[in-house]
Amino acid sequence: MTHILLRHRDIPDMDKLNVYKKNGGFAAFKNAVTKMKPNEVTDVVKNSGLRGRGGAGFPTGMKWSFIDNKNWPHYVVANADESEPGTFKDREIMENNPFQFLEGLAIASYAVGANVAYIYLRGEFWQVAAWLDEKIAEMEEAGYLGDNLFGKDYSLKIYTHLGAGAYICGEETALLESLEGKRGQPRVRPPFPPSYGLYGKPTIINNVETFTNVPMILANGADWYKSMGTADSAGVKIFSLSGRVRKPGNYELPFGATFRQLIYEHGMGIQDGRPIKAIMPAGASSSLIVVDEKVLDTPIDYAAVRTLGADLGSASVIVLDDTVNMDWVINKTIHFFKHESCGKCTTCREGNHWMRNLTDRIHHGKGSSEDVKLLLNVAKQMQGKCLCALGEFSTMAVVTGIERFPEDFKKAVKA
Amino acid sequence: MSLEKKYSKEVKQILAKYPPEHKRSAVMPLLYLAQREEGYVNKVAMKDIARILDITETDVASIVGFYTLYHDKKAGKYRMQVCADLPCALRGADEFLDNLCGNLGIKVGETTEDGVVTVEAVMCLAACDRAPMFQTQGPDGIKYHEYMTVDRTMELIEALKGGKE
Ligand SMILES: Cc1cc2nc3c(=O)[nH]c(=O)nc-3n(C[C@H](O)[C@H](O)[C@H](O)COP(=O)(O)O)c2cc1C
Ligand code: SF4
Ligand code: FES
Repeated sequence: MTHILLRHRDIPDMDKLNVYKKNGGFAAFKNAVTKMKPNEVTDVVKNSGLRGRGGAGFPTGMKWSFIDNKNWPHYVVANADESEPGTFKDREIMENNPFQFLEGLAIASYAVGANVAYIYLRGEFWQVAAWLDEKIAEMEEAGYLGDNLFGKDYSLKIYTHLGAGAYICGEETALLESLEGKRGQPRVRPPFPPSYGLYGKPTIINNVETFTNVPMILANGADWYKSMGTADSAGVKIFSLSGRVRKPGNYELPFGATFRQLIYEHGMGIQDGRPIKAIMPAGASSSLIVVDEKVLDTPIDYAAVRTLGADLGSASVIVLDDTVNMDWVINKTIHFFKHESCGKCTTCREGNHWMRNLTDRIHHGKGSSEDVKLLLNVAKQMQGKCLCALGEFSTMAVVTGIERFPEDFKKAVKA
Repeated sequence: MSLEKKYSKEVKQILAKYPPEHKRSAVMPLLYLAQREEGYVNKVAMKDIARILDITETDVASIVGFYTLYHDKKAGKYRMQVCADLPCALRGADEFLDNLCGNLGIKVGETTEDGVVTVEAVMCLAACDRAPMFQTQGPDGIKYHEYMTVDRTMELIEALKGGKE
C-alpha cells in the first residue's frame, strides 16, 4: 500500500525540503493562500469527512468553522503531547515526515485566520522539538513561513513549545493553561477553545496526525479522501500496535480494516503463537475488549469499536495474550492515572488514590473478594463525576477488567 | 550570575516566541534553561525567572512542583528514566529495570556512588514498540535509548562516566 501519512516509508528523504517539494510539497498551501478563501479551505476539510485523530474523533472541518470571527487574534495549536500509553504515531510523523505535518498546520492557520501557531510537544520530545525548529527555519528561508506569503497579505509564524512531563497537558484546555505558563489543569467548558482558547482568544487545537492529513486532502480533493475508509470514519488512520505481538509498530490502514488484519497480517501475530486474550484499542484509557473470532473480524472505525464496548480513541492498540492477568493490567493503568491525575477535582484525585491502594492489595495477593467489589464500586462511583475525561479514563480498564474477566480476580484474591 | 546575564541570547529568543503581554508563557522554557547546568532548579534561578516574567516566586515554584521533568533537588548528573508502563512492561521492561538495578547495586530512585546516574521508573515515553527503553535527562537535554539490553546500558553508563553520551 502506498501511504498517505507515513509517506516517508515509500519515499526516501521525505524530511528534506527539496524532496518534499518535489513530491508535491507546499503546493496545497500555496494554492490555498493564493487561490482560495479561508472558508473554502474549511469547506473542503469539512466535506472530506476528516475526524480528529487525537482521541475524540470530532469532525475537523466543523471545528474550524466554529472559530469566532468577532474576536481577534486567532491561534492554532498543534497537540503533540502524545502521552497516552501505547501511542507513538505523532512522533514517527514529526521525525520522518515533518513538512507534511507543518504544511497541514500552516493550511489550518490560513483557514482560520491565525498568524501565529504553536506546537505543544511533551517535554520528553526534546530532540523532536529541536528537529522541528530546524525544519521551521528551512521553511522560513524558503518563503513558506513569514510575512506576505506568496506575495499575498497573509503572514504566519510557527513556534515549538515543550511541556515537561504531564499527561494531562494532552487534554486541550490543560494544554492551553500550560502554554500560558501555568499548571496544566483543565478549564471548565464551555466556553470551548474556538471561542475562548489561548490567552482567551479563539483557538483551534488539533492532533499532529489530523494536521498531517490536510495537505493530501487539499491536493486530491474531499471526494478522494472520502472514498477511503467507511461511511462513519473517512480516510486512513495510523494504528500504534504494541504489547504481545511479534511486530509492534505503526501501521497506516484505511478505516474498515479488521483487528485480524492489523494484528495478524501487519503485527505478524502473537508472540510464541499464543492466543489473544484481550485488546485495549485506546491505550491505557481503554476498556478491555474480550477477544473472539467476531471481534477479530470487526472492521475498525469509531462506531464499530463502540459496539464492542470500547472507544477507538487514538487507536493505540495494546494486545494482551493468555499469559497476562487483568489484576496486573489494571494495577499498571491505575498507577499511571494516579500519577497523572492533576488533582483539581476531588473525585479523580481521591478516587485514584483509593483505587491504587485497593489494586496494590489485590495484585500483591493481600486482597479479598470484598476488595474487588469495593474497587469496582469506587470506579463506578467516579464515573460521570470528574471535571475532565482523565478521571473517566482511569475507571475504564478497572470496570471492564473486573466485569469481563472475573476469573482473574478470583485467582488473585485466592493466591 | 543572573539567568538573563548568563544566557542573554537564549532568554531573548525564548521571550520572542510569545506576545509581550503574555510573557508568562516563557516560564517553562526558562526553567529548562535554569536547570541545564546543575540538573535542578535552585532558589536563585526561580527568583530570576519570577523577576523576568513579573510573576511571584511561588508561581514559579508551583510550576516546578507540578511537572515531573523539573527538579528542585540534586540527583545524579544523568537521570536514567526507564519506561515501566503497561506496553513496555508487556515487552520485558520490568525485568530490564530489575536487572539493571541489580547490576548497579542500587534501587529505583537511587544514585550510583559516583553521582553519575540516578535510575528512575517513568510512565510511557511514546516508544512502546521499542522496549526496553529509557531516556537520559542530563546537561545536554533529553535523549532516547531504545531496544536496550542491560549490557548495552552498562556500556552507556561507562561512557557517561567518561563524560561522553
Ligand atoms: C487526559 C487526556 C489526554 C489527551 N491527550 C492527548 C494527546 O496526547 N494528544 C492529542 O492530540 N489529544 C489528546 N487528547 C485530546 C485533546 O483534548 C483534543 O481533543 C485533541 O487534541 C483535539 O484534536 P483532534 O480534534 O485533532 O483530535 C487528550 C484528552 C484527554 C482528556
Ligand atoms: S478529572 Fe482528574 S485530571 Fe481531570 S481535572 Fe479532575 S483531577 Fe484533574
Ligand atoms: S509504554 Fe514505554 S514507551 Fe510507551
